[in-house]
Amino acid sequence: MIAEHTSQEARAFLVRKRLWQGFTSWANRVAGNVFIWPTVLVVLFLSIFPLVISLYLSLSHLKFVKGGFEIRFAGLANYRKLLFGSEQEHFLGLIVNPSPTGWLVLLTVVAFLIWSLIGYLRSQHCSVGGAAGRIIATLIVSLLTWLLVSTLSPGGRPGTVVVTILYVFVGIAAQYLLGLGLALLTTQRLPGSRFFRVVFLLPMMITPVGVAYMFRMLTDTDKGPFRPIWQALGLGLTSWVNDPWGARAAVMIGDIWQWTPFMFIVLLAALESQSMELIEAALVDGANRWQIFWHVTLPQILPVSTTVILIRMIEAFKIVDLPNVLTNGGPGTATESMTLQAFITWRSLDLGGSAAIAYMLLFLVTFVGMAYVNLVRRRVTEV
Amino acid sequence: MIRYLFTRRSLTTPSYIEIALTYLLLGLWALVVLFPLYWVFTTSFKLPVDVNMGPFYLPGIDYKPSLHAWHYILVGDLSRDTRRNFMNTVIVAPTSASLALLLGTAAAYGLTRFHYRPRLGAILSFIVCMIIAIFAITLGAPWQVAAGGAFILFIVLLQTIGRRFKRSLENRDIAFWLISQRMLPPVAVVIPIYVLFQRLGLLDTRTALIITYLAVNLPIVVWLMRDYFSTIPLELEECAAIDGASRYRTFWSIVLPLSKPGLVATFLLVLVFSWNEYLLALFLSGARSQTLPLTVAAQNATRGPQWWYMSVLILIMIVPVIAMAIALERYIARGLLIGAVKG
Repeated sequence: MIAEHTSQEARAFLVRKRLWQGFTSWANRVAGNVFIWPTVLVVLFLSIFPLVISLYLSLSHLKFVKGGFEIRFAGLANYRKLLFGSEQEHFLGLIVNPSPTGWLVLLTVVAFLIWSLIGYLRSQHCSVGGAAGRIIATLIVSLLTWLLVSTLSPGGRPGTVVVTILYVFVGIAAQYLLGLGLALLTTQRLPGSRFFRVVFLLPMMITPVGVAYMFRMLTDTDKGPFRPIWQALGLGLTSWVNDPWGARAAVMIGDIWQWTPFMFIVLLAALESQSMELIEAALVDGANRWQIFWHVTLPQILPVSTTVILIRMIEAFKIVDLPNVLTNGGPGTATESMTLQAFITWRSLDLGGSAAIAYMLLFLVTFVGMAYVNLVRRRVTEV
Repeated sequence: MIRYLFTRRSLTTPSYIEIALTYLLLGLWALVVLFPLYWVFTTSFKLPVDVNMGPFYLPGIDYKPSLHAWHYILVGDLSRDTRRNFMNTVIVAPTSASLALLLGTAAAYGLTRFHYRPRLGAILSFIVCMIIAIFAITLGAPWQVAAGGAFILFIVLLQTIGRRFKRSLENRDIAFWLISQRMLPPVAVVIPIYVLFQRLGLLDTRTALIITYLAVNLPIVVWLMRDYFSTIPLELEECAAIDGASRYRTFWSIVLPLSKPGLVATFLLVLVFSWNEYLLALFLSGARSQTLPLTVAAQNATRGPQWWYMSVLILIMIVPVIAMAIALERYIARGLLIGAVKG
């Protein structure tokens, strides 16, 4: 009786064990799927719907009729209005014949692009896809450069596209260099560096709307804290808001102030987790600190650097709070970013036009992002 | 003497000049960071007249400090709103940040250590079915029917046409797809998301905000953690596998502890993003689930921005995050991987 009982228990135990083993080995086999699917599903859930709806809206007009509104399909009319029609001056800018310097820049850029394209076409690892991608990239970059030089030349006026590109590139360059410099300085083992680390994170922690209002306080030439400086410069009563470049500079300074910490914290973590053995080996081999930075540290933080630049780039293209609160897009439309233009258009209930601007931004960011990932990021990292 | 100042005593210790220079630069940037915050701080103690009469710098000397704004926000008229929105923010931001970290690190680990091959045919048929379903719904079909029909069509397409295409995507394409979901500006996203949550009956709930912030933050977590994971030597995981650890065990007990600096930095980032998010919160929350950024923006009343209230709110908002940063900063420290791999 007792023996039977124990043998039954043992059998049950064995069955359970085999079942458990089967389960664990199955779980191990599907581990890859378990790791990735939750994220893919969540992102899919909230992204497909807006993407499709916005695309449809951008191809239609919203009309208010009695008792509600109706959406009428309008083809590419919204896009045509932005690129060639009444909104062209607002969106692309006032296009004039480029100045000699402008021509020089344009020709240099185009020559460089074509030279590197030819170099690629004649190289060994040339493929159809790669060639097509590079030809498209060459065309778009040439067009964007033409747009830049012809709206920034004297007499021209940059539109929201050009202003957004300026914000993104100036902002990111400054933020990356500042963030890297500060991260390097705070990784020196000096007393007090922990204090500085926390202080340097502060700007990022203020809500963007708050930062925008804060900068509006600070940049006020009459009530702001820098009034003595403005008055000493004889600018006491002329507000910087009236000067297009002054206003743009204010927006850019605010953006740099706010987002340098983002670069800083990511690069700090990267610097802190780099392998010390390589540095020690380099020290033993007699490398100086500049050499160590250039040949040991920089290659190790390059992958993270490219990621953080990509993320910041995508976010910076969507800049809206600062120009909206600080200058309301003014003077005129001088500080308006594409997202702000979409926001203003949207506020005036032209949902189709707003969605069209959003989609133009999506094209631009996708292009810049893909070019960046393919041409820059894959050189320094394999993932 | 000067020569002594410039010579380094050993290879790793910097000279005094360098230390002084480092402190100078650090102090300079600290000033740049802190001065605007100081201005917010003083403004929070000013009466409207002190703000409008011109710049006053030092409380008690230039102007008489007053607690009227603090009183208004914390115990006065606005205190109920403040407390409710503060609670909402405190619940929403850490929850969504933790979830994003959990799911995102898993996905990032998957993307660095496994090879996924999603077939192009399957993806194309999925997109086609999706578009058909959405159009059917906008044209008036009940969504249950549309979704069911689209699902059946998807299975059929997958089994027939989907098999013909042998081309498949790679991990990096999945990663790029993830990050590309952040490219559409929020202005274009809010209305469809509003409609979506309205259909789900989740409008004006914290759940809606948590889900939205989760989806918004996941790409960032995946991208950042992918890079941190790829710096961890594979040998460690191979050793663990030989010792009989499962993939989950390896991930949980070996990879995660080793990437602590990255985890902490990423968590702080996504926490701050959901803590401060404004536009989506504006649309998805009515009276009940409002968060603090909305309170800040609401102080721009018809009489012009109420700087003093805004300053108080900015300071209230920043304190918990600073506490979090101080608590977590120590984990962004060196030395976790030293000696992990021998020879």
